[in-house]
Amino acid sequence: MTVFNLAIELAYWQQTVIRSILGLVAVLLPAGTLVYLYLFKMMSFMQSRLGPMEAGPYGSLQLLAEVGKFLQKEDLFPRAADRVVFKAAPFVVLASTFLLVLVLPAGPDAWFINIDTGVFLALAVSSISVIGILMAGWGSASKYSLIGGLRAAGQLVAYELPLVLAVMGVVIQAGTLNVQEIVLAQANGEIFGWGGIGNPFLITQFLGFVIFLIAIQAELTQPPFDMPVAESEIVTGYLTEYTGMRFLLFFIGEFATAGIFSALAATFFLGGWYLPGLDPTSNLFNLIGPLVLVGKMLLVSFLIFWFRFTYPRFREDQLQQLAWKVLVPLSLVNIVATGVLKVAF
Amino acid sequence: MTGFFLSQIQGLDPLTSDEVLVAQNVFFALIALVMILAALKMVTTENIVHAALYLVIVLAGAAGMFILLGAEFVAVTQILVYIGAIIVLFLFGIMLTKGSFGTEEGELRERNRMAVLVAVLIVAVTSGSFIDSFRDAELNRQAPSTTADIGDSIFGQFIIPFEAISVLLLAALIGSVVIARRDQ
Repeated sequence: MTVFNLAIELAYWQQTVIRSILGLVAVLLPAGTLVYLYLFKMMSFMQSRLGPMEAGPYGSLQLLAEVGKFLQKEDLFPRAADRVVFKAAPFVVLASTFLLVLVLPAGPDAWFINIDTGVFLALAVSSISVIGILMAGWGSASKYSLIGGLRAAGQLVAYELPLVLAVMGVVIQAGTLNVQEIVLAQANGEIFGWGGIGNPFLITQFLGFVIFLIAIQAELTQPPFDMPVAESEIVTGYLTEYTGMRFLLFFIGEFATAGIFSALAATFFLGGWYLPGLDPTSNLFNLIGPLVLVGKMLLVSFLIFWFRFTYPRFREDQLQQLAWKVLVPLSLVNIVATGVLKVAF
Repeated sequence: MTGFFLSQIQGLDPLTSDEVLVAQNVFFALIALVMILAALKMVTTENIVHAALYLVIVLAGAAGMFILLGAEFVAVTQILVYIGAIIVLFLFGIMLTKGSFGTEEGELRERNRMAVLVAVLIVAVTSGSFIDSFRDAELNRQAPSTTADIGDSIFGQFIIPFEAISVLLLAALIGSVVIARRDQ
């Protein structure tokens, strides 16, 4: 049960410390990278401006400045707020993010947990964040927050279904719910007898990949699915009453989840930590695997943020119709087709 | 938290019955204590949203219990179905219909006596039947069932009950739509 299969034997508490630190890194690093690279820089370039330029070279220390600003702010509560629920809400959302990162493998021996129900666990813990959002919406005692919380819950419940169903195609093709074995199935797979690049499920499960991307976009409540925080209608929805540290926690949760969902998409559809041309059992992957995974994660999250900065907001009924009338039937068709082809070949 | 519990379970060797599972017993006591306290708070609190949130703690504790028993599939199902779906629907329903931030006294108090009676009866009947049917039987700790085993038995041995439940749930779903849409 070591994180990295080193020659040194570590005591249980040492492993736990290493795991906790790596878990923290795995949550915070993608969040920071995505915010700087895409939210600060890419969005600015798409809008013909430079973005932050003052703090550090090319504004690269802007993030630290932002965190410092949030930490200095006063911890405010609305007078009518339910204090305990209001305080706990951001932590529930963050807990969901931290549990989600556990199932991601970053190399043949570099994983947090390697269990038979990995995919299932990931999809289950991602639904915990809805409770945090509802707590925030209700605990704030503000009509904007409540409406935002309800919108968020309705949206997340609707898009959880296509999210789960889209992954089912991958699970059927790989024949396992174990995330590590899904990566290996792609690494050892062959395309009509040619094993040059393995068999990334992106090719056979392209429909599943598209549905998964749309569903995570909605799960993250990012534009064009940002009805829950629609600033022109309900201020910022369930975030309206939050300031300082607690707002920062929500913010980190949103972008860390964006990173982890992208990494999950990269793992399910792009081969995860595997790089074509190398032996998937080689010890080298314990070192370069995390880097490969981060690279693929940046590729997928580039798509997410590209859509985010391109499309205008959906109306509430369009949003629900897309989920129930388009994505769910399509993913069911995908499951049936995958099942039939799996049996046929 | 779940991750650490899961990794602990996997690290354990198959145990003989005379060994004492110290870590498991400690965690069992901790989780049971939290569950009991949360359950008591859930029925005594006068704020219905707080009650739903205490129920989350109780259900999460139940998931922890399943993990301690090595039944990770059931534990994950517990999280997905109860915490991720049913509690969210509870909260959604409460907030959509009530929308008030205060507490509601009296409204719940009238039904308390009947509720206590029903609860005591349920505890008596279930614990009585459990004690009666399992007396000295020991749990088989050697082989926790895997996800593949569960899948095989659902789609093999239990295929007819499984399909019957699917049809029943579909009927309930259609029925609820029919009742909700009486607007014509």
